[in-house]
Amino acid sequence: MTERSRLIREIAARWLADGTVEAVVGWEQGTYRDKTAPVIVRTPEEAQRLVFNERCTNNLVAYLKREPLKSMAAVGIVAKGCDIKSLVGLIQESQVGREKVKILAVTCPGVKDARGTVPIKCQACEVNTPTLFDELVGEKIEARPDPQARSRSLAELEAMSPQERFRFWRKEFDKCIRCYACRQACPLCICTRCIAEKNQPQWIETSPHPRGNFAWNLIRAYHLAGRCVECEACEAACPVNIPLMLLNRTMADEIKHLFGYEAGKDPAVQPPLRTFQLDDDNSFIL
Amino acid sequence: MVEAAQERVPATGQQGWEPRIVAFICNWCTYTGADLAGTSRLKYPPHVRVIKIPCTGRFDPLFMIKAFEKGADGVLVSGCHPGDCHYTAGNYNARRKFSVFRTLLGWTGVDLDRVWFSWISAAEGVKWVDTITRFTEVIRQKGPFVGYREMMDD
Repeated sequence: MTERSRLIREIAARWLADGTVEAVVGWEQGTYRDKTAPVIVRTPEEAQRLVFNERCTNNLVAYLKREPLKSMAAVGIVAKGCDIKSLVGLIQESQVGREKVKILAVTCPGVKDARGTVPIKCQACEVNTPTLFDELVGEKIEARPDPQARSRSLAELEAMSPQERFRFWRKEFDKCIRCYACRQACPLCICTRCIAEKNQPQWIETSPHPRGNFAWNLIRAYHLAGRCVECEACEAACPVNIPLMLLNRTMADEIKHLFGYEAGKDPAVQPPLRTFQLDDDNSFIL
Repeated sequence: MVEAAQERVPATGQQGWEPRIVAFICNWCTYTGADLAGTSRLKYPPHVRVIKIPCTGRFDPLFMIKAFEKGADGVLVSGCHPGDCHYTAGNYNARRKFSVFRTLLGWTGVDLDRVWFSWISAAEGVKWVDTITRFTEVIRQKGPFVGYREMMDD
């Protein structure tokens, strides 16, 4: 057992024993040796199941938006720096009160995805040592972000002509089976009733057909513009490997360019699509 | 009325295609501006279908997607000039949404010449006529939005 796992268990057990929190969500050893699984622990004994290692890829903040954690008065969460960025988003949008969540932050040298490769979010990571937390576990790690990691992934899409882009996304979205795993995994897809499920009127066709697929994926990306913290949970959850992060990353870049805003940094700042400036870009309007 | 209009303008991709433009316009400025154009007996191309919304702040990108799904070749969104919003700030909020959704459309390869935004006041009947005339001409040159139509019909 690593030192980080030991400290996580110790702190979680303490919080549960003294009633600071009703439950702690963290990772436990999965069925396979190289996998972890999310777990909600409610007693100090159960807290001994918690682990932290390089396979703790899941963003557990997604569990805060749904039951049983949603209606609890106080919950603990084991979180990496990147996970805490999405928590910042929830705090900004008043979805979760900062006082309700006890953050058991863990310094993270980077994780590995299901295929054992280092995700782009880790290559570009600036938050190896989290800044927002109640308890911090692990020695401080200096961030060494690769400035090219994100832009390399976008180069191909950037080089395409509009027609090529349309064909590219047409082909990618054709694969979509409308399982909504991207939505379920996303910590910031918070609507209790999603637009994709509204049928009076039906805005987005539900069958896995190109028309509904295009509408769904476009709207998903739009609803996350200026909110997405690039945790890559959607792309990791996608069973047909649609490169959803390409859209999310380009939109994050556009938001930064348009409004000078980066998501997941400061809980006190208004998200860009919740506010406006009198001198916002007007150049594209006749 | 709507059915009659659809008969006059055949679906895209067919012979005798005519541009099909959907305009989402705000009740207070652009709609009144278009009304002024009408009462002033100004002429402009009949290819535009006007959908009145209470404010550009009411505009949801889904409207545009739906319009393209239903066979639009171009979509115009128009409302009050900045500072003139009947609800004080609806158009300022809308402007941010426009710019974000427009860039998203660009990244997915939708031709941005098919997506126009404008501020047209109640006094600018001439600007309305001019905008619709030019937009219709641009769409006529571009032809039907074949990419989206193919996606619908597959």
